[in-house]
Amino acid sequence: MSMAVMDNHELGGQHLSEHIEELRLTDVHAYYGESHALHGIDMTVYRGELVTLLGRNGSGRTTTLRAIMGLIGHRTGSIHIKGEEVIGMASHKIAHLGVGYCPEERGIFASLSVEENLMLPPQVCVGGMSVAEIYEMFPNLAERRKSQGTLLSGGEQQMLAMARILRTGANILLLDEITEGLAPVIVDTLGEVLITLKQRGYTVVLVEQNFRFAAPLADRHLIMDHGHIATTVLKDELEEKAHVFEEYLSV
Amino acid sequence: MLTDLLGFPPQVLFGQLLLGLINGAFYAVLSLGLAVIFGLLNIVNFAHGALYMLGAFATAGLTTYFGIGYWGALILAPLIVGAIGMLIERFLLRRLSGVDHLYGLLLTFGLALVIEGSFVKLFGSSGLPYAPPPQLMGGVNLGFMFLPWYRGWVVLAAVVMCLVTWYIFEKTKIGAYLRAGTENPKLLQAFGVNVPLLTTLAYGYGVALAAFAGVLAAPITQVSPLMGSNLIIVVFAVVVIGGMGSIMGAIVTGLSMGVIEGLTKVFWPEASATVIFAVMAIVLVLRPAGLFGNAT
Repeated sequence: MSMAVMDNHELGGQHLSEHIEELRLTDVHAYYGESHALHGIDMTVYRGELVTLLGRNGSGRTTTLRAIMGLIGHRTGSIHIKGEEVIGMASHKIAHLGVGYCPEERGIFASLSVEENLMLPPQVCVGGMSVAEIYEMFPNLAERRKSQGTLLSGGEQQMLAMARILRTGANILLLDEITEGLAPVIVDTLGEVLITLKQRGYTVVLVEQNFRFAAPLADRHLIMDHGHIATTVLKDELEEKAHVFEEYLSV
Repeated sequence: MLTDLLGFPPQVLFGQLLLGLINGAFYAVLSLGLAVIFGLLNIVNFAHGALYMLGAFATAGLTTYFGIGYWGALILAPLIVGAIGMLIERFLLRRLSGVDHLYGLLLTFGLALVIEGSFVKLFGSSGLPYAPPPQLMGGVNLGFMFLPWYRGWVVLAAVVMCLVTWYIFEKTKIGAYLRAGTENPKLLQAFGVNVPLLTTLAYGYGVALAAFAGVLAAPITQVSPLMGSNLIIVVFAVVVIGGMGSIMGAIVTGLSMGVIEGLTKVFWPEASATVIFAVMAIVLVLRPAGLFGNAT
């Protein structure tokens, strides 16, 4: 860990030996038809960081991930992934820059078995986890690999949705509400998975509702409000900036 | 025999059963192509009958102008017409991907009228004969009926093609892409799969299946510009009965509707032209998503 990183207060990461920009959004606007969903997002995520997007429902967190992934038809501004401009790129090409997306609704395919779901996304980078490694991380999936994907429990579906992007070699992970509606024991398991991923150097953008889950994991919290990033809280500022969470997250 | 008791000689019964199976084979291959296309493009391909006709004309054209016989045409005609289909998807249908699916229906319907109209203008509406391949001339007397070799071949070839398509869909990687793309094309693309290309290929394959049926039909019916429009209405009814987008549904429903139609010709000839539509009406009332469709 270099002193340069520790001195730089924009970064909270412990594993950033150098600050390489993995993801940079500059003045990103996005629209769903007539509705203006993102009002100029500016954010940068460095390699190896785990950053959360926090905020109330409708504040634009999911839309931000979808905009990065190229899933929103009308968006303006600039999005760089690993230095490459992707604002006009088709989403399958964005994936091949090494981006893995885990959607809020999990997106498990009903007409595919667990194993087919797992093997579905093509490899996007070298160095993905092997199937054996994944089954070791998520033993339930191995047991149920012949089942229809949507017959899994909610927790198992979430693990499958995570597992299938780890196989592809993606090293930037966009994870949308992965703990939503899951039992505490499964939330704990997912927390351990995220710690492992962080140790392995993955860059993670995590949309979360569950602040208790996100707080100990993240290097930085980006607080969203009305389609823009209202403020940033570093992980060592959690106590002094507790009022920020009160202001933007309480219902 | 039972059939004698009912007052029908077995030759009539089995003859109609075979005719029913042959019709069913065409229904199955054509509705299968429609199901493949509907799955990924979400449009009802009204040009299907015209593309089936193109398959038959490509067969006749390959033989007349290039001296390529039936067996060569069986491979080449679906490839040629499938390639035309891919061009249609790439340059016409893709432009409609963001708008109501009704526009896709209108476009393909218009396309069918243009293609069929041009062929009527060029070749007249009476049609050209096409001889079956010499290897499949004649037939065999099975005792209870006479089986022309070519008709047996049509049923066999259609069933094999259906099973190959089913296998591709259910057991291969590209099949997994097609199934996933049917459910959620945007997410599939976000995983790095080139869904626009997959869509073009799926349309091309569905169209190639129609052309394959057209090749099989060439020696049975006349090769005529309107051969598809006569058949396609029944095929749409079959698709409605089976359920849009279901692969196995299209195969099973296609064959069984052919047989039901054949049997109706024996027992109640006047109803044979409408029996499939009657079944369709009943299915729509009891199971609106079709026998094999997912009610979502």
